[in-house]
Amino acid sequence: MTDGRIAVVGASAAGLAAVEALRRGGWTGALTLIGDEPHLPYDRPPLSKQLLSGDWQADRLGLRTTDQLDALDLDLRLGTRATALDAGTRTVTLADGERLACDGVIVATGVRARTLPGVAGTAGIHTLRTLDDALGLQTWLSGAERRLVVAGNGVLGCEAAAVARELGHKVTLVGRDPLPMRRLVGDGTGTLLATEHERHGVRMLTGVLDGVETADGHVTGVRLTDGSTLPADTVLVAIGSEPAVDWLRADAALDTTDGLRCDEFCAAAPGIYAAGDVARWYHPGHGRHLRIEHRMNATEQAMTAARNLLAELGVTEDERRPFTPVPYFWSDQYGMKLQAYGVLAGADRAETVLLDAGERRVAALYGRDGLATGVLAAGLPPRQIRGLRAVIATPGPWDEAHARLLAAVGGE
Amino acid sequence: MNITLDEDKCCAAGQCVLVAPEVFDQRDEDGIVVLLDAQPPAEQHAAVHEAAAICPAAAIQVHA
Ligand SMILES: Cc1cc2nc3c(=O)[nH]c(=O)nc-3n(C[C@H](O)[C@H](O)[C@H](O)COP(=O)(O)OP(=O)(O)OC[C@H]3O[C@@H](n4cnc5c(N)ncnc54)[C@H](O)[C@@H]3O)c2cc1C
Ligand code: SF4
Repeated sequence: MTDGRIAVVGASAAGLAAVEALRRGGWTGALTLIGDEPHLPYDRPPLSKQLLSGDWQADRLGLRTTDQLDALDLDLRLGTRATALDAGTRTVTLADGERLACDGVIVATGVRARTLPGVAGTAGIHTLRTLDDALGLQTWLSGAERRLVVAGNGVLGCEAAAVARELGHKVTLVGRDPLPMRRLVGDGTGTLLATEHERHGVRMLTGVLDGVETADGHVTGVRLTDGSTLPADTVLVAIGSEPAVDWLRADAALDTTDGLRCDEFCAAAPGIYAAGDVARWYHPGHGRHLRIEHRMNATEQAMTAARNLLAELGVTEDERRPFTPVPYFWSDQYGMKLQAYGVLAGADRAETVLLDAGERRVAALYGRDGLATGVLAAGLPPRQIRGLRAVIATPGPWDEAHARLLAAVGGE
Repeated sequence: MNITLDEDKCCAAGQCVLVAPEVFDQRDEDGIVVLLDAQPPAEQHAAVHEAAAICPAAAIQVHA
């Protein structure tokens, strides 16, 4: 038996996985799940895919049925913002002033979309992070042909551009980098993606957004820093995200530079853990702090954070375990699926070992400080792709990993 | 234990196959999940629960 309370802040992929793991792990005390969105936990990856295209309605996005949620016996606070955390006393403050004294807290507040200053309230300007964002953009894209400018050619901008193009809109994809997603995936895959977007009729431009032009409260175009303007009926601002740590800033005991900093156990302070997009934790296998904005990491990290919190509280007999995942990521564009294992971000070296733009096949290796840390592939049979995980499961010498990758994909 | 899948949701991540290869496989053409055993024996249950939990598309449902 346990009494007391654990609060999980953020009611999305990581928050849900955390409360489930806490119950599975034997926590029978009060379990408060706090989320500032009004919705039950839903899945985000389909927002820029099946929801935006109109293939799915919002009701397909729910991560659990109400029955499944009821079985968790949660003190569920939706539409409720947490405004502060006092790590020393493990107290969470809510927007209405209520203070929750807790035995443990799991921070799972994710990230928020970065936007442009001064555009709030301008019709036709969108970000794409929440269900409400996606429904808003979907409404604009569900009717007659529009001129859509997507500002930012990272993963999110690329996926949205592909969907909008497939819906028949005139799409301009603007990025700092001439190749889509290059900062993450490097030249080879960037070239493949550029070929795909071009082939499907997306206009690609290199440039940096400076601001928007409006008339009668509606966007009419975007201005680039080189002084040029692009006419637009609808603008998607996809220029990255910021960890949702504003509510944690008041507590000097917490380091909130680029996410909530945690140790290898995902602990930020005694009794305080973090998981998902918001967590920057020390990965012993990579020897550095990582923050990963991928769907699978949200679940895996939440499960580990929950187990470690229960171990710390003495609810289980387990030892706390370091969180040492092999991260996994995928992206869908034009029916092509990119899949990656390991860590691509922060690589100082990237090499494409297989590239066949015609067949839409690619395989590439990523690394840092002489070690191979990540691998990406598209267009290969599933068994082959699964096999690539082993190549970088633990960061090892570049040349060895390179040879194994070559052998696995049959490149030259 | 009884397992059901939502093939539409599956994003072909293959994580279920890595965790429980006796129970899940992927179609060769598109990587969509294939159920090898809808009522796996007890020694598979822990792996199946793990697979259902980490599936990044919430495509695997486990019923008692
Ligand atoms: C459009 C889109 C497409 C994506 N596609 C892919 C993909 O193809 N593959 C992939 O691997 N990943 C993808 N991702 C990333 C993936 O969805 C995220 O990694 C995942 O959602 C992270 O889950 P999380 O629970 O950590 O954070 P989030 O999902 O961001 O959830 C955090 C929740 O906490 C709430 N919150 C924030 N602050 C507070 C507060 N102070 N009080 C209360 N609640 C608060 C937020 O409103 C939110 O509901 C995509 C993301 C988006 C937006
Ligand atoms: S883990 Fe989930 S998404 Fe991946 S193949 Fe299995 S069922 Fe499909």
